[in-house]
Amino acid sequence: MSALPSHKPARVWPLIVAVAFAAASLTTLVLIENQKLLGLTLAGIAALCFAAARFGGVAATEAAASENPWLLRGLVLIAAMAVLFVLRDDNFGLLMVATVLIYATVCIGLTIQMGYTGLTNFAAAAFVGTGGYTAAMLGQKGGLPDIVVLISGGLIAVFIGSLLILPVLRTRGHYAALTTLAFGVMFTVFLDANELLGGPQGLKIPGINLFGWDFSDDLHIAGYTFSFYVNYVILTGAVTALTMVLTGLLDRSWIGVWLDVVRLDETAASVFGLKVGRWKVLAFTLGNFLAGLMGAIYAKMTGFIAPSNFTFGDSLVMVSIVILGGIGNRWGVLPAALIVVLLPEKLQFIQEYRLLLYALVVIVILVVQPDGLVARRVRTLRMEARS
Amino acid sequence: MTAPALLESRGLTVRFGGLLALNALDIDVRHGEVLGLIGPNGSGKTTFLNVISGVYSASAGSIRLDGADITTASAQHLSASGLARTFQRSRLCLPLSVFDNIVLGAQKRLNSGLWHNLIQRKALAAEVRAIAAEARELLYVFNPTLADKLYDPAISLGMIDRRRVEICRALIGKPKLVLLDEPSAGMTHDETDQVVDEILGIRKSLGGLTIIIVEHEMGLIERVTDRCVVLNYGKKICEGKFRDVASDPVVREAYLGQS
Repeated sequence: MSALPSHKPARVWPLIVAVAFAAASLTTLVLIENQKLLGLTLAGIAALCFAAARFGGVAATEAAASENPWLLRGLVLIAAMAVLFVLRDDNFGLLMVATVLIYATVCIGLTIQMGYTGLTNFAAAAFVGTGGYTAAMLGQKGGLPDIVVLISGGLIAVFIGSLLILPVLRTRGHYAALTTLAFGVMFTVFLDANELLGGPQGLKIPGINLFGWDFSDDLHIAGYTFSFYVNYVILTGAVTALTMVLTGLLDRSWIGVWLDVVRLDETAASVFGLKVGRWKVLAFTLGNFLAGLMGAIYAKMTGFIAPSNFTFGDSLVMVSIVILGGIGNRWGVLPAALIVVLLPEKLQFIQEYRLLLYALVVIVILVVQPDGLVARRVRTLRMEARS
Repeated sequence: MTAPALLESRGLTVRFGGLLALNALDIDVRHGEVLGLIGPNGSGKTTFLNVISGVYSASAGSIRLDGADITTASAQHLSASGLARTFQRSRLCLPLSVFDNIVLGAQKRLNSGLWHNLIQRKALAAEVRAIAAEARELLYVFNPTLADKLYDPAISLGMIDRRRVEICRALIGKPKLVLLDEPSAGMTHDETDQVVDEILGIRKSLGGLTIIIVEHEMGLIERVTDRCVVLNYGKKICEGKFRDVASDPVVREAYLGQS
């Protein structure tokens, strides 16, 4: 490979700074109570991000991350432990972090469907709900180990999705989106009317117990007490991390190219031999599995679910996270999910105007950054440069 | 005719509602020849390419490729049996890199399994290296500077380079038959000349590639084709060497209108 230009080894410190900055921002945003401070902190973070993008910091971080993927993973692990330590007895903060991670993972699934394959899914919350209700029903019966319950949540969502896939495959663009929209609306109506599933009052669900690891116990490590919510943050964090890694591998593979081509030009795709339907089914399945799995975890974490948790409005919020993050960029959903989940909670002080202000923030971000917080990069399958 | 033709259409008819786009066409494409398909606008040239590449389906008649009946074959099946094409209006995926676009043409010989793509990354990397080397080689024949732009987004290329990438995408699958739909569309006269030279060069280096070319630019047709078929209102009105076809009174009338 002597003909190839030799790559200058990227420096690692931009990566360290970036991960530390992300962890510090996350912790601060979760901990902050004072409204003025919150506004200042958000403005400060935005300014720093803008400066980093303007003066090459983001590019340097990306180069370092793609040169040293294992260093990135290690740093994220260390940062995660630090965040958990700081937030160890803040129940509400930990619950929020776990919720952000759940939304983020569902939205990575949506990224595979919408961002890669072009299947607009307006029923993400319904698939999350399918997983949640599966966990609730299986939990009431009892006897099944929780790992089976959680995975069943994903599988039942895939099954329900497979009933929907025929009309989705037979239509394109807006029409396929309309099919999912109809399902999303139907889902809450069905739940409200169904006595067996608790109707509008919802269902109670016991917490998670994985192989004897009881998630409702506080953790005691080296003399420090960690709230039991830490268990949920660890689980959701691990699932998010695994999903990020696998989705990254998917994107940087032939399959990633095929999904993009299916989105961009179905005619060219089939003329060159791609089975368009097959790739749409794969993307739909992967996304729905993630939604169902996270729904099951969400249900068990909050201990209670009702139809009002999984409305069409929630599906729209998930789509807006994908668009806000930068459609097709899996990294973008992380900050976007944080903003979308955290901001309405933190803006409680203005009560009913909070959604208005939150909507304003989203609009301003999209005016300033039309491609989302982290625009999608051109894929470079440059594996020949390494190894 | 001694050797059987690579592509044979018999009584090929395509109807769009009341419009007869192709009217009982009998066309033979011999192994290794460059066949020019010419005719006025709306005469059915592109429809013919679309129906043999599986984008449209035939209303009547039959098509055989290398002896096998492909009349009702899907676009996917046709691609697997050695057919590749370019489009009149560029159909590159503009946000994707040149490499991603070209790789689509090699899709049928790449491993698309989940296990291979997600877990066996070393084997995948070897595949990527091999295809990247092939793509570079092909691009190099067209334009040496294009080979260095392998990972640039297609949208950053000019019209002529996009057309080159489209032709490379068609060629990397090692097809038996390549359909070129107006390779000169959207380009200047000089650029067209350049692309013609490149097509001739690539044909020489690949040896005996069979091509059907649809074109309005008669200079191009004259230089590259071995034989021409002239269509008008979906019917074949003339067939033969370009020089003979061009002087045919029926063809002149079709192009210039009744005198």
